[in-house]
Amino acid sequence: VLSVIVFLPAAVAAVLLALPRSVPGRVFVGAWIAVCVVDLALVAAAWVGLEPGGFRHEQRVAWIPSAGISYHVGVDGLSLPLMAMTTVLFGACAVFALRETRRVRAYVTLFLALQTVSLGLFVALDLILFFLFFDLSIVFMYFVIAGWGHGERARAAALTFFLYTFLGSLALLLGFILLYLSATPHTFDIVELAAADPLAAGGPYAALTLLAIGVGLAVKTPTVPFHTWLPPAHTEAPATGSAILAGVLLKMGTYGFVRIAMPILPGAWRQYAMVAVVVGVVSVLYGALVALAQTDVKRMIAYTSVNHMGYVLLGVGAAGLLTGPDEQARQLATTGAVTQMVSHGLITGALFLLTGVLYERGRTYDMAAWSGLAARTPVFAGVFAVAAFASLGLPGLSGFIAEFQIFTGALPAAPVATALAVTGILVTAALFLVALQRLFLGPLRVPDAPGTPRPVPDLHLSEAVAVVPLLALATVIGVLPRFLLDVIEPASRVLGDLVLR
Amino acid sequence: MTGMNENPGALVPELLLLGGAVVGLLLGAWLPRRRQWLVRLLAAVAAVAGLLATAVAATGPDQVVFGTSYAVDTPTHATRAVVLVAVLVALALSVDGTRGHRRETEFVVLLQLAALGAVLLGGANDLLLLFAAFLLASVPLYALAGWDKSGPGVEAAMKYYLSGALLGVTMLAGTVLLLGVGRSTAYAPLRDGLATAPAPVVAVGLVALLAGLLFKIGAVPGHFWVPDVTDGTPPAVAAIVTTLPKIGGLVAAYRLLLVAIPADWPLLVAVLATASMTLGNLAAFFQTSVQRLLAYSTISQVGYLLVVVAVAGRAAQAQPALLFYLAGYAVTNLGAFAVVAALPGARTLDDHRGLARRRPALAVALAVCLFGLVGTPPTAVFVGKLTMFTAAVDGGFAWLAVVAVVNTVASVFYYLRWLAPVFRDGGAAREVAPWPAGVAYACATGSVVLGVAGGAALPLLAGAPLS
Repeated sequence: VLSVIVFLPAAVAAVLLALPRSVPGRVFVGAWIAVCVVDLALVAAAWVGLEPGGFRHEQRVAWIPSAGISYHVGVDGLSLPLMAMTTVLFGACAVFALRETRRVRAYVTLFLALQTVSLGLFVALDLILFFLFFDLSIVFMYFVIAGWGHGERARAAALTFFLYTFLGSLALLLGFILLYLSATPHTFDIVELAAADPLAAGGPYAALTLLAIGVGLAVKTPTVPFHTWLPPAHTEAPATGSAILAGVLLKMGTYGFVRIAMPILPGAWRQYAMVAVVVGVVSVLYGALVALAQTDVKRMIAYTSVNHMGYVLLGVGAAGLLTGPDEQARQLATTGAVTQMVSHGLITGALFLLTGVLYERGRTYDMAAWSGLAARTPVFAGVFAVAAFASLGLPGLSGFIAEFQIFTGALPAAPVATALAVTGILVTAALFLVALQRLFLGPLRVPDAPGTPRPVPDLHLSEAVAVVPLLALATVIGVLPRFLLDVIEPASRVLGDLVLR
Repeated sequence: MTGMNENPGALVPELLLLGGAVVGLLLGAWLPRRRQWLVRLLAAVAAVAGLLATAVAATGPDQVVFGTSYAVDTPTHATRAVVLVAVLVALALSVDGTRGHRRETEFVVLLQLAALGAVLLGGANDLLLLFAAFLLASVPLYALAGWDKSGPGVEAAMKYYLSGALLGVTMLAGTVLLLGVGRSTAYAPLRDGLATAPAPVVAVGLVALLAGLLFKIGAVPGHFWVPDVTDGTPPAVAAIVTTLPKIGGLVAAYRLLLVAIPADWPLLVAVLATASMTLGNLAAFFQTSVQRLLAYSTISQVGYLLVVVAVAGRAAQAQPALLFYLAGYAVTNLGAFAVVAALPGARTLDDHRGLARRRPALAVALAVCLFGLVGTPPTAVFVGKLTMFTAAVDGGFAWLAVVAVVNTVASVFYYLRWLAPVFRDGGAAREVAPWPAGVAYACATGSVVLGVAGGAALPLLAGAPLS
């Protein structure tokens, strides 16, 4: 089942590439939407059938047995919610792409390939398979930014993004090879490695391995100080590219922490968890403060991603610090971190799509160029406001559930750090309110095209259909989180036991 | 023992190469210049037939033929296959550069003779045959280096010849020393003879013998010719010179150390491997000419390959690692040179600026080949490197694996220095030669396919060498 979910988009992409060039773009986008619907149905079926404990729908095929590499996939409560979020977000982007007019064929096939890679990463249970998807996601995203971004600067930003994250991925590969060599028999299998705990003895080798893996994942997440590729890449990328980059690709980094770093290197993780906590808190505060200073709305949202990923790191770090009998706090911190990944994917995806709407109307992200839009585009203003409130963690929306759990879980482990991180919420609240005020309140002002004033229409139907479900899901998670938490909690309990070994 | 096994049928691939060369030379003497492509076609047919013969031979039992001088076993089969594929690739790669040239026939014939020398190096089971193969693999390449008679080419050929002559004489002296104390040139009796011989003499003899092989594979300290020859010759020649002899030379070194030398000398080879990969990498860092960069990259690649030779016989994975890495290296390195050959006007890194926008397919092929040389999954060199690391750790040389990993990480820098301008804007449009471009696509694809199919290929390479 998982292989079908993962490779369906790639198969459809291959079929689409075989179609003649004269086929209208709508056909391609339609096929993409259909793929997302089918994938979503399959993910939902897997969700219903999921039982706690261990991996489900496991499939393992020997690939390079002499090197301990196999095609091994499976889902558990940590990966399934991320898969579901990925599918939903790609679906939203597919609907949003109905208004795309530039080289639709290549655009759709590229995104379908990216969808395969993203889903594949979340089900991979082999380090090399994981790395393969990790690296391909960088390659495909490079082409999305370079090909559909905003002109010359987009290609420069794409190259920065590629070089930076590629070097990070090599650090990750180095860590994987160190893990491989430390295990007897040598293997890349995540399940076997987690069971064997090859570096339980600790020492410099374990520390070096964790450092390599940690740096590799931190670049992708990104945390301070490895975040410098993120703002230009987001600013120059097309709206859908930004949504996928922030919503899905950043999760690959944080997911790597819960899937690889924590269960396979529990001893080293406990020893150096404080580093993760500190890096997380610095990311929270730095991201929030720099976002506050931005005048470019997309850049501002990009920096809030740094802030939000900081909470995730705080959560997973705290789970490593809680070595006592405090099982509930540990589980809360991990569950919160995973919930935050899902929630951030939905909310930030929506926010980036909405900035895409803004850019399409006025060809600028500069907040100073806009004012008083609430009167002209009430629906857009309303949706944007909901997304902004969700992002700043208003109760009743998914961000609150996630961040509340992280704080509650992390408080006994690192009270000072948690207290500092809570102030991050205040700053984010301030910056979103300021942004809302600048864009939507006050006298109407829109960036004029030379000569004539621009028409600024409200949300089109396809745009609304793309964005509103994301926020609706965020609200559902905020009000009725049990359906999600019931899936995550058993898995994070298992993870906690693995870390505590 | 002699007289019973002088079976030419065991040497069909070698005979095909030789026959192709001889017939091609005669044919080329009579053909008008524009029809010389027939010689190339003949060479390609011979290589394909040789591959088929190799496949047939590989299903048969291993044997030692012509006394004990030549082993037909798994390493030989692998050498034959990789060399013959490399010959085919080199033939296609050189079409645009040599077509209609007055010495086109000579190019093809020299390529075939050098390939024959490389195959014989891989199969040689006797010191005298080893030296004969060394000469056969060297002399055609000296001529090939000076093939286009350009100033740098002639200088390169001279340098190549002089270092080859010096180290060849050293190798011969080593052969004589080992014969003197070991009372045989055949590997198996030599091993027994050397077991009781005075160790210092064996050491001197072995070092002198290895000097010739190190020259052949372009490893430190026999590497001084590599940058000049690679940079001074046309890309097609550079591709051949940096690929073919390495295949035979490394298998020869592996077989020699495993079969003929009783006390093992892993530390010596490990130090040579470390020197080769480190010096090659450091020298490659700030090169501006792509061919010179690739030259130093090949020196460092030989260092990784020598890691496996160092643990020969100590790790089960050593031989599959060596042979698979050689195959992956050959395909990937030829692919990188094919991109160079496809852009005759672009000799420096900066000349590649904007390639991705004008020729996206070629840029992707270059990226795959260069990332392949780094060893990024899923390319062939990744599987090669991984098994190499495993073999080094299992063979008790964990520090060597660490050195190799550090060097691999460092090597990313100079490969990316080449790729960065490719994906930037600007630069001038350049002519693209169609044949080398096609070869580049094929090699990039081959590198990935070989990497993905590594699981199926590795067990085939495990058969131990005969003695």
